[in-house]
Amino acid sequence: MNRTVLDLWVGLFVIAGIGALLFLALKVGSTSTINAADSYEVTADFQNIGGLKPRAPVKSAGVVVGRVADIRFDNEKYEAVVTLRLANRYAFPKDTSAAIMTSGLLGEQYVGLEAGGDSQKLKDQDRIMITQDAVVLENLIGQFLYGKAQEGAAK
Amino acid sequence: MQHDTLVEIENAVFGYGARPVLKGVNLTAKRGQVVAIMGSSGCGKTTLLRLIGGQIKASQGTVRVAGESPGELDRTGLYRLRRKMGMLFQFGALFTDMSAFDNVAFQLREHTDLPEDAIRDLVLMKLHAVGLRGAAHLMPAELSGGMARRVALARAIALEPMLVMYDEPFAGLDPISLGVTGNLIRRLTDTLGLTSLVVTHDVQESLKIVDYVYFVSEGVIMAEGTAAEIRASGLPYVHQFVHGESDGPVPFHYPARPYADDLGLGEGSA
Amino acid sequence: MILGWEREVLKQAIENLGNHTIQGVWRIGFACRFFLAVLLHSGTAFRRFGLTIREMYFTGVLSLIIILVSGLFVGMVLGLQGYETLQRYGSESALGTLVALSLVRELGPVLAGLLFASRAGSAITAEIGLMKTTEQLSAMEMMAVDPLARVVAPRFWAGVISMPLLAALFSAMGILGGYLVGVRLIGVDEGTFWSQMQGSVDFTQDILNGVIKSVVFGLAVTTIALFEGYDAPPTAEGVSGATTRTVVTSSLVVLALDFVLTAFMFRGLN
Repeated sequence: MNRTVLDLWVGLFVIAGIGALLFLALKVGSTSTINAADSYEVTADFQNIGGLKPRAPVKSAGVVVGRVADIRFDNEKYEAVVTLRLANRYAFPKDTSAAIMTSGLLGEQYVGLEAGGDSQKLKDQDRIMITQDAVVLENLIGQFLYGKAQEGAAK
Repeated sequence: MQHDTLVEIENAVFGYGARPVLKGVNLTAKRGQVVAIMGSSGCGKTTLLRLIGGQIKASQGTVRVAGESPGELDRTGLYRLRRKMGMLFQFGALFTDMSAFDNVAFQLREHTDLPEDAIRDLVLMKLHAVGLRGAAHLMPAELSGGMARRVALARAIALEPMLVMYDEPFAGLDPISLGVTGNLIRRLTDTLGLTSLVVTHDVQESLKIVDYVYFVSEGVIMAEGTAAEIRASGLPYVHQFVHGESDGPVPFHYPARPYADDLGLGEGSA
Repeated sequence: MILGWEREVLKQAIENLGNHTIQGVWRIGFACRFFLAVLLHSGTAFRRFGLTIREMYFTGVLSLIIILVSGLFVGMVLGLQGYETLQRYGSESALGTLVALSLVRELGPVLAGLLFASRAGSAITAEIGLMKTTEQLSAMEMMAVDPLARVVAPRFWAGVISMPLLAALFSAMGILGGYLVGVRLIGVDEGTFWSQMQGSVDFTQDILNGVIKSVVFGLAVTTIALFEGYDAPPTAEGVSGATTRTVVTSSLVVLALDFVLTAFMFRGLN
């Protein structure tokens, strides 16, 4: 095997390999981890977070504005404390509400932010006061059946 | 011819595990000589070469090559010493992924900073010396056994060593290649001022070219002398070896229990 | 009497087990020392990068066909099977996510590692084992060239560099295959396919971890392959046995390491 032919092949191989890596990096994946320098953290308490996971997206009006950074259980209030890491370029009013939503019937869960009307903005380490829990399918069905039963009884 | 001693082995003892291979060997090779080490298969001839090459270390006694003792040297020292040695392995041991040319050029490229055209000239000279300048571009797989041996010889002398060791250079060669290889060893030794150590059991071929012969048997030197002395030797072992007789001091049978016992004819077995 | 016989068999069995365990631990120890020795002798592989490039041709370029074709087919199967399962829940839109995550996290590195072990690993073992059998390694050592630096280290680094590239190519081809089947053939929406994929595949979490996996697999497979070759008994059966052991051992090691790495990477974070 000629030396230059061999070099050429190895060169092509390396280019193809790096190309594949770039393809994976740019076309397939995205860097969802917002770096700490240009972001801020707020917390929100929920009674039930359903199946929310760290790194789940935080969306407002359907646009991803941050990620769930951490989920803890507060052993005094018996509530889940969810830390949201939001990008600096998105500022939200102090009375913004957070809800845990599901994309589609069985899709992944995310945190939805609905902006309020306050002129003051949320700052780092602030707490979102108004929250809405995840919809748990079993509870929903339970409520539905209970309602039906009551309807039936009222008749 | 300069006649000081190049290789000197005094009372060397070596064993693989518990099995002793060499039990006190004395051997000297003078500069410019072709010295043969003969003996039946498995008697420790190759082990002697490995001692000289520093691949193994004698458990007792001294091994000296050009005043240095390969077993005692550190890695750098040993490699420095090995550059002055060439070795021809039993079947040539050519690098199968390189052409004959690259095989011969290997050491020049590894150990020298010579420009490529100087290497080319040197390699072609060495290949010419073994008559294979025209085969430079061939791969080892395309060479016959005898040619591969000659290329390996050219490779062994590439760095102009002071000592070349041959491990069974005649094994498996046809009579013509045999003669060619034998003559090459003699001629290269004389023209390049080498010292050659030939490990062989090919008596007839080697007696034609050597200056001095050592007979090794059971880990000791059984006999030594010039080619003429060996041919005329009256020692039963040497006689058996030189004339290729099947029975003698070296028995035809491997040591075993009495034949009758093994066949169940003995008294005690029934 | 019978009790004595049974006890003897049991004793024999336990002795065998003990013996195998000791042998196994010895080999692992030797392999680790070998790995360290290769690292220490890696200077040449980088100083003369041409040597490594040459080996990259044999380990990397020659493995390309099998990697690309397998990647494509695995991706196509994932596309079909994934679609079959997902559409039962009305989540065909997650097909891109399924294909990409399975490939990037697991199948890419693992299958590429297994293919690499059987394609390049066995070739490395056979080559080194043959070089040892034909005394090429001894010859090199006698020429004062360290085979670890000249032969082993370039192959080692070639393997370590090639492996992540091959794994990335495998994943990329697989995603392409999933795309062809899912979007072109079945008709999942193209935009959803890619955007769902991008939305759920994280660069550091998934892609980088996959690359780290493939680097570790590359280290493991090449070390095993080189060690088995270097350690092979210098006979034809020895080399063929070593080649088989390379494929078996490195496949098992890849799968076991994959479990360990996955546990660390994806479990530890949640």
